Amino acid sequence: MAYRIHVNGVARSVEAPADMPVLWVLRDLMDLTGTKFGCGVAQCGACTVLLDGEPIRSCVTPIGSVGAGKITTIEAIDKNPVGAKVQAAWLDIDVVQCGYCQSGQVLAATALLTANKHPTDADIDEAMSGNICRCGTYPRIRAAIHKAAGS
Amino acid sequence: MVATTSPSRRTFLTASLAAGGGLLVGFQVLPKPARAAAAASTAFSPNAFVRIGADGKVTVVLPKTEMGQGVYTAIPMMLAEELEVDLATVTIEIPPGEPGRFGKLGQETGGSTSVRETWEPVRNAGAAARMMLIAAAAQKWGVAVESCSAQAGQVVHGTSGRKAAYGTLVAAAALLPVPAKPQLKDAATYRLIGKPTRRLDASAKVNGSAVYGIDVKMPGLKIATLAASPVPGGKLRAVNEAAALAVPGVRQVVRLPDAVAVVADHTWAAKQGLAAADPQWDDGANANLNQAGIVAELLAASQREGAEAGKQGDVETAMRGAARKVEAVYEQPYLAHATMEPTNCTVHVRADSCEVWLGSQVPDTAKGAAAKAAGLPPEKVTIHNFLMGGGFGRRLEVDMVERAIAIGKSVNGPVKVIWSREEDIQHDLFRPYYVDRIAAGLDPAGQPVAWTHRIAGSSIMARLYPKYYKGVDADAVESAVTTPYRLPNNLVQFVRQESPVTTSWWRGVGPLRSVFVVESFIDELAAAAKADPVAYRLGLAQDDRAKAVLSLAAEKAGWAQPPKPGRSRGVSLLHAWDTYMAQVMEIEIDPDGLPVVRRVTVALDCGQVINPDGVRAQVEGGVIFGISGALHGEITFANGRVEQSNFHDYRVLRMSEAPQIETHIIQSTAAPGGMGEPPTAGAGPALANAVFAATGVRVRKLPIAKALKVKA
Ligand code: FES
Ligand code: FES
Repeated sequence: MAYRIHVNGVARSVEAPADMPVLWVLRDLMDLTGTKFGCGVAQCGACTVLLDGEPIRSCVTPIGSVGAGKITTIEAIDKNPVGAKVQAAWLDIDVVQCGYCQSGQVLAATALLTANKHPTDADIDEAMSGNICRCGTYPRIRAAIHKAAGS
Repeated sequence: MVATTSPSRRTFLTASLAAGGGLLVGFQVLPKPARAAAAASTAFSPNAFVRIGADGKVTVVLPKTEMGQGVYTAIPMMLAEELEVDLATVTIEIPPGEPGRFGKLGQETGGSTSVRETWEPVRNAGAAARMMLIAAAAQKWGVAVESCSAQAGQVVHGTSGRKAAYGTLVAAAALLPVPAKPQLKDAATYRLIGKPTRRLDASAKVNGSAVYGIDVKMPGLKIATLAASPVPGGKLRAVNEAAALAVPGVRQVVRLPDAVAVVADHTWAAKQGLAAADPQWDDGANANLNQAGIVAELLAASQREGAEAGKQGDVETAMRGAARKVEAVYEQPYLAHATMEPTNCTVHVRADSCEVWLGSQVPDTAKGAAAKAAGLPPEKVTIHNFLMGGGFGRRLEVDMVERAIAIGKSVNGPVKVIWSREEDIQHDLFRPYYVDRIAAGLDPAGQPVAWTHRIAGSSIMARLYPKYYKGVDADAVESAVTTPYRLPNNLVQFVRQESPVTTSWWRGVGPLRSVFVVESFIDELAAAAKADPVAYRLGLAQDDRAKAVLSLAAEKAGWAQPPKPGRSRGVSLLHAWDTYMAQVMEIEIDPDGLPVVRRVTVALDCGQVINPDGVRAQVEGGVIFGISGALHGEITFANGRVEQSNFHDYRVLRMSEAPQIETHIIQSTAAPGGMGEPPTAGAGPALANAVFAATGVRVRKLPIAKALKVKA
């Protein structure tokens, strides 16, 4: 199937089976490898991207379901003012370790802060618990979200 | 003064002009012929830590690999410190895997050795380069070397104030003799070492540009995914190749004796193709391998006399004379690594050469393994190494390289082999299942007068280094033979008991297991003596650094005051990897009975700290990793198969379960200790001891959630 999808502000044509998850469309067909594969079954959040501003697990989102929705990946999140703030806070707190989960974390945090300007710790738990960080950067992710909220 | 190296020394420096006209300096320990070859070379030689271009650009060639632990920052800090350059101007290069590339210093990155092993050679490499640049400037200006100094990438002449940028000096410096004993800076003058420094790899990791092994791209790249026999030792019996090839995008099905791979244009087609291939297996001899059987064998093994790993005094007499005896058996399960980046390896096998792309903790070992698998001489193999999405010991193994090459041999062109998460977990090389049988004889005051500790499990050392294995797994018994405590009359034994399950290193390695047992058991002894767990440990601890971290952790955690209602505390102390660490863990028990860690107070003395913020990050991440393992981690076998498959049944901590963690670092100028593993090793026992304080239940069989019968 030929699809015309909006990724990072650009309309792009891609040939893919309808059931192909957005994760693989991004990584294998569009060379956008900032979005990561972690589990493939919506358990870890490594593949999180924004679809019309909402965080989705791209590993279980078929390309055929995206339609005219606008996808934002880590490669363009700096164009989103909230995303840029999140990235700055991440650097300021020095959140990352191996970094592999962090694209997903940054996007999930951007979605959280877009919906909720001053999240409580409970809000952070709720919004971020779908994103596993095997390196255990959770305390810093929490601190960075608070920091971004205050900036 | 600059002195020349004596040719008889095994440790020496080489300097040469790099291909781009830069100065290249590195410490090496090479046999004489290799040294002669290196010295004769004026082209870019990979045997080096630093390269300085004629444009002044400083490139640090990273001798250890970055998997999150922060060497990408700590090693350049050490080098920039001695070289007197601004850290922000340094470029970092991840070199290919190559035995001998850094002389005696291997590229192997494990055992919390990254800083410990590079501390001397990397600073020496930086200092030698600095001295040669200074000497070159002094020669050019006709002034005494002593009147010149280096700062911020230039040499400065003291009295005249003349300056020369490093780039303008490299050609002259490369012709100078290399200092045999580089003059290292006085610690009091450090600008970088010991100062909190932001990670150099952070930007790339928050904007998606960091490249991991799984991200490599090249023209003509195909993607493969695989299924290996679910039972160890099983064989591939049948594959529906036609169905696999009918999936659009599937190019090829590769059959191996014990696995099948489907090669496709993209990952999705490969995955669909593999499902369609519906592989059938001959389970073989291990079809009935079951957890209960594996554990029964280990328990039986723990009843046998083992090989002596450590002995002091007369244990039998002391045990007989003891006022009372306390005994316990501890069990710790198989664990998967579950690195966030699933196992993967990209290869291009040609008739006469082979290239490999992956993130490896052992890029040098990978080269030999790849050569063997490809049937090529090592010099025909190139290992391109990348950032790792977690290592934790998983990437100390090269099974993925061997597997990818076995597949790649049948593929015309480059192929990236990606393990699904399920394959990654089920075909991991697991932390061994261990049974520890431990006993102590106490005097009337409750102090240990006799101590026996027998460890039964598979031996990783025997599998990897059979030549050196003499009945005791030196890693497994670490932190059992030497503990922080005065234990007169003690005996530690190791009993090797293998099963068909292959086992390997897991973050914390031997001490992870030893410290869990020793620190849980010391807590049992404190309870038997009706003593406070911190006071009891302080009374037994035998060195001041151990006592200092324990006292500090207790003080900062407010140990002297009772915890808030609903909270309970546990403590652990360890000395391993040249680091001392105490943890106080404060927990609550949630309505389901699950312990939730709220606050962790860690005090440590790891000798000279390179990057205090990096140390804190390792504490936070390591503690959380340790809690995940102790609370939930368990791999089990039924009918020859691993029962867990993904993060829903191999649970790791999530944001909502993550505690607040405070790190208190004791300043020290002792040689650096390791920091990648101590926090993980100390976390499990602190948690189990807190669970005992909260519930009265002594968890002797991990994982804790299962021992407490918490509903999954
Ligand atoms: S890869 Fe999508 S949630 Fe894990
Ligand atoms: S930083 Fe490694 S998994 Fe999150």
